[in-house]
Amino acid sequence: MSIVRDFIRAIRITLILWVVTAVIYPAVILLVGQKFFPYQANGSLVQDLQGQVVGSALIGQPFTAERYFWSRPSSINYSTADPKNDKYHILRTGISGASNLAPSNPELLKQVQKRIDKLKQASVLPITADLVYTSGSGLDPHITPEAAMAQLNRVARIRGFSAEQINNLIIKHTRGRFLGIFGEPGVNVLNLNRDLDVAQAARE
Amino acid sequence: MLQGFFQIAVTLIILVVIAPFFGRYMARVYLGEKTLLDPAMIPLERVIYILSGVRAKVNMTGWQYIRAVMFINIIAGGLVFALLKTQTFLPLNPTRLATPAWDTVFHTTISFLTNTDQQHYSGETTLSYLSQILGIGYMFFVSAATGLAVGIAFIRGLTGKPLGNFYVDLTLSVTRILLPISLVGAILLLASGVPETLLGPQIVTTLDGATQPIARGPVAHFEIIKQLGENGGGFFGQNSAHPFENPNPATNLLETIAMASIPAAFIFTYGVFIGNTKQAKLLFWMVFIIFVVLIGVSAVDEYQGNPLVNDLLDLDPDLQANLEGKETRFGWAQTALFTVTTTGTMCGAVNAMLDSLMPLGQLSALFNLFLQIIWGGQGTGTAYLFIYLILSVFVTGLMVGRTPEFLGRKIEKPEVVLASVVLLVHPLVILFPMAITLAFPDQLAGTGNPGFHGVTEVVYEYASAAANNGSGFAGLGNSEPAKTALWWNLSCLLPLILGRYLPIVAMLLLANNMAHKQPVPETVGTLRTDTVLFTIVTAGVIVILGVLTFFPVMALGPIAEAFQIARG
Repeated sequence: MSIVRDFIRAIRITLILWVVTAVIYPAVILLVGQKFFPYQANGSLVQDLQGQVVGSALIGQPFTAERYFWSRPSSINYSTADPKNDKYHILRTGISGASNLAPSNPELLKQVQKRIDKLKQASVLPITADLVYTSGSGLDPHITPEAAMAQLNRVARIRGFSAEQINNLIIKHTRGRFLGIFGEPGVNVLNLNRDLDVAQAARE
Repeated sequence: MLQGFFQIAVTLIILVVIAPFFGRYMARVYLGEKTLLDPAMIPLERVIYILSGVRAKVNMTGWQYIRAVMFINIIAGGLVFALLKTQTFLPLNPTRLATPAWDTVFHTTISFLTNTDQQHYSGETTLSYLSQILGIGYMFFVSAATGLAVGIAFIRGLTGKPLGNFYVDLTLSVTRILLPISLVGAILLLASGVPETLLGPQIVTTLDGATQPIARGPVAHFEIIKQLGENGGGFFGQNSAHPFENPNPATNLLETIAMASIPAAFIFTYGVFIGNTKQAKLLFWMVFIIFVVLIGVSAVDEYQGNPLVNDLLDLDPDLQANLEGKETRFGWAQTALFTVTTTGTMCGAVNAMLDSLMPLGQLSALFNLFLQIIWGGQGTGTAYLFIYLILSVFVTGLMVGRTPEFLGRKIEKPEVVLASVVLLVHPLVILFPMAITLAFPDQLAGTGNPGFHGVTEVVYEYASAAANNGSGFAGLGNSEPAKTALWWNLSCLLPLILGRYLPIVAMLLLANNMAHKQPVPETVGTLRTDTVLFTIVTAGVIVILGVLTFFPVMALGPIAEAFQIARG
């Protein structure tokens, strides 16, 4: 009998803690988020001049056009899915992913070599490590300031801006270390490219 | 390079400063002394006790305590299993996800119930918001609170006190430790950019004209308890490397401290219970030194980068770090720190992909999983540490020919047997399944990388399951619909369950035995355990036991890979 009573007590406490930790607690945080931090809570979405959402300030985009700064390589096709042929429902759910290649894997060297060739062809020099290695999330929104500098001349030439103008934009979108100590500096590629478009539109 | 080590050092200093205070706070909570949160939490606890019919003053015996642990775990497991299994019929599923395969549901339930959070799936493509909030989010609290309660019952027994009441310890762990810190931490994460929304993915047309889906969800509340409770199961597939789980270095710092703080502070909690802060300090520094060595070794290897890639490029030595599978905002230093912390504390969250770490980083991570005490899991980690102390007392007692005693109580045959069970389960449930899997590399293993690294992937998966860590080498074909997924989902159940519950049962029985022993008065002949010499002996016992058991595997995996890379 006491076992049955014990079991019923265990059911009761399980359910009560369930309500406290899995219903009330998330509801409180959801309310706080939507009320006080709506921008962050809904994914830090970025709009273009027309008010169209063009992405999230925290999620990278794979830029391929010459007039844009390029992001880090990603091992997943996170924004090139074909809306008409979305077999894996990528457009429905979104994805993240990494190469998971070991440092000793010959495949890694092959891929790195391919990226080096491509960067050399586009005269992105000097080549930096973040532009040849794929990111952890597959969605890395940042590149190193060195990687941005290496692409400065190309973007300036194509857009007809002076190197100084572009340099100022890079500096504007470089996030330093937290408190000057933690993490590594990074340039937010989407925000930088968006500002480039804005500056170009203003000039024309 | 120096800047990188500076940021690691500052993080460690923060940990060293808060651990003693936090440890004493937790001791006050479990001793039932007055704390700051009393006015807010006593009414809540009273409601919980009344509604559940728990009488707070009733102590449990060893077996009663074990039974209560099992009941709660079975009920919570059944609840979450049912939730996941019916996912497709339930609301809050904006991406219209189907119910996952039965083996994935089974593995996921057990994995989260045991505080492991090994994931053979990607969150955004497998679990609905409802499953994440009501299922996974609940497991985060219950499994962490179970670990804390068992850890406390163990130390109560060792010091001759009654074991206490599991339901009370479980409730207090939630109301006094996990929930208040999560509330504050979740709001900090929110303010720093972690989303908390019920809206489905945002589809955007990128600047470049492509179509991009942006997965989001109720992440902030999930993220903090994932770290704080040493759970580690990511909302998204890429875990804390995903910018929505860990958007910047500030959140990374918070997440690092959150996962290290309870296991590190728990040593001081034990110190208060045994009335010997000197013992606690010695153990803390012993673990800290091993921890720092592992971080240093991993960090240097990542900083120097991959020599094979460096040969292809002409890079500044300060910019050639191995960034494969890493995020720009964290770099090599924060990645090495996070990796060693997450594998040491049995959290298992990752801010970079472990599969792409340099060999010494892989070795440090494996070493942590093998030892289980470089801080160790929620509550149980410090208990493991004390099991090692008991063994060291026994070993040194044999050497000098004295009856071994610990905390004023004799250690006899049953205790040594139980302590040995705790330590022997671990290698057994790792090495046997590993041997079987490696015998059928194509049919069962499905490794993502060739050669020695494939061995590391396999042993890591089982070590992570057995240590209830949950991090993994994600190249492995362990997720549906891979053809080896069924084997991985099923074969990991054994290490998950035995690695969790067998040590818990043995620890509680050991504690129960010790609680009923006559204390022996301390004399000049008593072997003192709170000396530097004894601590060094203990460290020796730990490292030698760990290294001897697992050396062949380490040699076949990361060490061999290191030589392979060095050869060029």
